[in-house]
Amino acid sequence: MVLRVLLGGFLALFIAVANAGQPHQYKLGPLEIDSPWSRATPGEAPNGVIYATIRNSGTEPDRLTGVESPAAEQTQIHDMEVQGDVSSMWLIGELDVPAGQTVTLAPDHAHIMLVGLKKPLEVGQTFPLTLTFEKAGSVTVEVTVEPAGAMAPGEGS
Amino acid sequence: MKRGLLLGAMVVAAAILVTSVALLLLEWRARETHQTSVAAIGGPFSLTDQDGKKVTDADYAGQWKLVFFGFTSCPEVCPTTLSRISLTLKALGPLGDKLHPLFITIDPERDTPEALKSYTAAFDKRITGLTGTPAEIEAVAKAYRAFYQKVPQGDDYTMDHSTLIYVMRPDGQFETILRYDDTPAEMAEKLKPLLEQG
Repeated sequence: MVLRVLLGGFLALFIAVANAGQPHQYKLGPLEIDSPWSRATPGEAPNGVIYATIRNSGTEPDRLTGVESPAAEQTQIHDMEVQGDVSSMWLIGELDVPAGQTVTLAPDHAHIMLVGLKKPLEVGQTFPLTLTFEKAGSVTVEVTVEPAGAMAPGEGS
Repeated sequence: MKRGLLLGAMVVAAAILVTSVALLLLEWRARETHQTSVAAIGGPFSLTDQDGKKVTDADYAGQWKLVFFGFTSCPEVCPTTLSRISLTLKALGPLGDKLHPLFITIDPERDTPEALKSYTAAFDKRITGLTGTPAEIEAVAKAYRAFYQKVPQGDDYTMDHSTLIYVMRPDGQFETILRYDDTPAEMAEKLKPLLEQG
């Protein structure tokens, strides 16, 4: 039991240290946006995705209400699921960021979709994304493009 | 007494006959169901490949195939699937050359042969993209029992679709399925003994 608590403590410390070392971290009031990343688009694929983690360390819930990027004609918030071996995706428009919680935009979860890319996204490239929250306001972050099909940021090519 | 014995023998004979017929019927039915379940996935198709050439299932006879469905406007599940397949091919080493992944679009309105070619090439040149007329796509999806559906989204649309990857034998028969969330290592492990068969 004691060992488990100790291990948990070490793990938390390790994660904190690892996070502190990450370059792409943005603060907006009680919100922290970590490692916004995207995937290179294969060929002339017209659409792209953006993932990130949003942590709300405050006591008030907030909500992501707007996303905008010059990289595409439209930027939307989507959710998806693979159920019964069928994948589906739909527009949610807004995303709740509950107090004291971390919301993860990641492969096989909710994501920001770039509809109608102006140019294909290439590995290593960065582009801006503006996130607008109901309470905390707006912040512009730099999104790093990882290889097509990457499952996490910094996987390398 | 004699008549009693004869009657008894006849009853026994009848019972044996009925049981044998029932057993034969059961076995025949079991064999038939097995055959249908195998024959029901896959079958003949007529499509257009990523070079604009008309193709049928016969063009891929004699090869182990991975048949799966998707579309190039899909930013999430399809790149993940193609990436996992390209990593599986790499994990298989030279055996990977015996496997022909066929990516069939369920969005033939938008997916031209050229769009498919540049899409698949971004992952692995051994993957071939296939498109067709809406009727041809409907027929091949039906043959593989793959679900797809157009979902309107604003002025645009997206596609819901099956994520299963069908492993097809060189003789065109269905072998097994791989799932969307199988890792490349798991896929390679399942495929290796099959590809080693020849």
